[in-house]
Amino acid sequence: MAGPDTLRATFFEECEDLLSRLGDGLSLMAEPGETSDIETVHGVFRAVHSVKGGAAAFGLTSVVEFAHVFETVLDLMRSGRLPVSLPAMQTLLRASDVLADLVTVARDGGADPPQMASLLMELDLLAEQGPAPDLIEADFDFQPVPIHIPDGVAPSITPDPVTYAITLSPLAGLYAHGHEPAALIRALRRLGEVEVIADIDAIRPLAALDLSRPGLRWQMRLTTTKARDEIEAVFDFVGDDAEVTITRLLPEPTLPTEAPAPIMPAPPSQRPTDSSPAGSAAAVLPLSATIRVNLDRVDRLINQIGELVILEAVLAQAVTTAGLRDDSDLATSLAGIRQLAGSIQETVLSIRAQPLKPVFQRMQRITREAGDATGKQVRLAMIGDTTEVDKTVIERLADPLTHMIRNAVDHGIEAPAQRMALGKPPVGVITLSAAHRSGRVIIELSDDGGGIDRSRVRAIAEARGLVATDAVLTPADIDNLLFLPGFSSKEEASSLSGRGVGLDVVRREIQSLGGRVTLQSVPGQGTTFTIALPLTLAVLDGMLISVGPETMVLPLSAIVETIRPASAQIHLLGQSGRLVANRGALVPIIDLADCFGFAPIADLDRSVLIMVESDSGRRAALAATGIHDQRQVVIKSLEQNYGSVHGISAATILGDGRIALIIDPEEILRSTAVDSPSAARTAHG
Amino acid sequence: MRQMMLQHTADQNDVVALRIGDQDYCIDIEVVREIRGWSPTTVLPHAPAHVTGVINLRGAVVAVVDLAARLGLGKTAPTPRHVIVIVAFGPQTVGLLADVVSDILGVDHAAMQPVPDLASDATRAFITNVIPLEDGRMLRKLDLSKILPHRTAEGV
Repeated sequence: MAGPDTLRATFFEECEDLLSRLGDGLSLMAEPGETSDIETVHGVFRAVHSVKGGAAAFGLTSVVEFAHVFETVLDLMRSGRLPVSLPAMQTLLRASDVLADLVTVARDGGADPPQMASLLMELDLLAEQGPAPDLIEADFDFQPVPIHIPDGVAPSITPDPVTYAITLSPLAGLYAHGHEPAALIRALRRLGEVEVIADIDAIRPLAALDLSRPGLRWQMRLTTTKARDEIEAVFDFVGDDAEVTITRLLPEPTLPTEAPAPIMPAPPSQRPTDSSPAGSAAAVLPLSATIRVNLDRVDRLINQIGELVILEAVLAQAVTTAGLRDDSDLATSLAGIRQLAGSIQETVLSIRAQPLKPVFQRMQRITREAGDATGKQVRLAMIGDTTEVDKTVIERLADPLTHMIRNAVDHGIEAPAQRMALGKPPVGVITLSAAHRSGRVIIELSDDGGGIDRSRVRAIAEARGLVATDAVLTPADIDNLLFLPGFSSKEEASSLSGRGVGLDVVRREIQSLGGRVTLQSVPGQGTTFTIALPLTLAVLDGMLISVGPETMVLPLSAIVETIRPASAQIHLLGQSGRLVANRGALVPIIDLADCFGFAPIADLDRSVLIMVESDSGRRAALAATGIHDQRQVVIKSLEQNYGSVHGISAATILGDGRIALIIDPEEILRSTAVDSPSAARTAHG
Repeated sequence: MRQMMLQHTADQNDVVALRIGDQDYCIDIEVVREIRGWSPTTVLPHAPAHVTGVINLRGAVVAVVDLAARLGLGKTAPTPRHVIVIVAFGPQTVGLLADVVSDILGVDHAAMQPVPDLASDATRAFITNVIPLEDGRMLRKLDLSKILPHRTAEGV
């Protein structure tokens, strides 16, 4: 049964949707040179109005108060009494930030955002530019309903009392969600004169009474001067839980009544304007094409499908062991099951996929705030925000992206005066784009700022002892210095991005998601960060290799190539160091068995070398005893029941039911790093 | 032992008795999820000696702790006759490797005695009580919070 807590949770979930719609609409309105569509303004107004309505139901007074003032300004705009100007839009954008904050505070507790008071004043000032709010209430909010009546009787827009016939037929859900019809009727009474008749015809005799199918209905006659909107608002939260019809009765009882128009509470972007054919049509409410499902359930499903895939592999191995022919019935059916299981897995994983939009939208705000804090003018352009990625990836992307945006505003974009001097437009543009590319999601964040000042980066790195003064560094090497821990290029720590955490944190966070981050920079033209992420955290493409007595999995994304050492040349360096010549460079060999505490490989010539590359471009050859297979594996947490293991990112279950560990090549490379980024190069040259 | 199983009153606790080497130990029955035969484990790199590896428990990765090694009685060379007792302790699920599960007993609270102050012994750190049985044997009650691997990277 839905308790108050779940209702509250639903409200906050809806708020997220509404706030995202609000942000969408506002950015559309703020688009320069764009004459905003009146529908957009309406949409924005409705979003704020719905937040206010919901908040009122839960007694969240500060949200209600703020939304009310916000709504007043929007109302002036949608009626055309307040022009949509750039300064006004900036106030509205900031107001939407505050509204989002207020909702967060209402959900998680905390103090009201400090900007609230000043924004309330700004909104009030805006509202004063339009006519007094009382006036609008009376005529604008009124929405005439089309009625089919003989000529001459036009739908009048007068504050005269109007009578509506309202029917309320609750469905089981209404009671299950804790609504009380009496409260709805009381709310109507506040709008005007109400006559209520309880319709008990549908109630079945006691013996046949089914409590899950309520039979009680009400027929009401409401005489009010208030607008139809306000009547509809009373039923806003009834949702699909009741059939509600509101019919306007004409003053002359002889005239035919208008057909009932169904109320559509959600989504608020649709509203009943068409009159539907009388009678039964009112009962057919349009169903939304989406459902809300608890994430736990989806995850359980994903786990179970994972089990199915593993079990299928176990079965396949059993069939092989039993020596059955490939074309036997059993083997054929099994192949069918394998295909089916694979496609089910894909479908289920796609349930967890969500568009990147919410996180991208949050970056709008970050950009705005960062621009305000640094006195720079910045605009964020977004491309491909409908690209879908696993929900967990999205959630964990917010922090690194925030950091990178702040970084781009603080260090990348120049001050307006400087930009003008360089012949660039004063408003800097940061472009955030996302796209699917060969099974991964590529997110690019580029700015049109000054690019990386390499000589300064190098000077700072040398001053901090991060790189030797005589090291030979390529431009790319220097750019990569930015990712080193402890590198913060702003000499005086700025309040914005210089908080002692640098891009190394960004890189680590992206790596923990199984992704990579790289950067390119052109002096004077800007910097582009490229993040490549896996589509999901649930499966991984890996190579099955033998390490000592165990089978392990190496993520395919890190592998560059595999080499037979017999054909390559191996050089000794010092007592135990070994290097292999590969494509003109000498690459260090790391014996995985030794690394994981097994007996080291005795004869390197008989091993397989797997060339891997880290984010920073460092290469190493991992030595293994053999390569078995390449396949998609289901990722299982090791941390849940044990803890983290150095050099291991997770585990998976093999066809024989045994566990194989998934190697984290990045960590192995990092832990064996004894050299600067240029060591391999200098060793070669 | 039989007498102890006759009645089960409120001031009794059910425990699962295990044999490790030639000593008798026990754990609270509430934490025991299942008892299964030994199956080969996947070795965890850098793990302490008493963690034999991980097994697949219906899709979950579960670490197996060799109780004998943990208690300082020497490493077990597991055979199919050994058992793994799956315990849920807080959010963690862990397998305990023992020689055999000997009994399920009701133990009086009054019968639980504090661990005597003997000379320092690796085992002592891992037991909370000792319980003398009527047949002359003695049960040692294991302190799971000390035995289980910590979730932070142990052994790294």
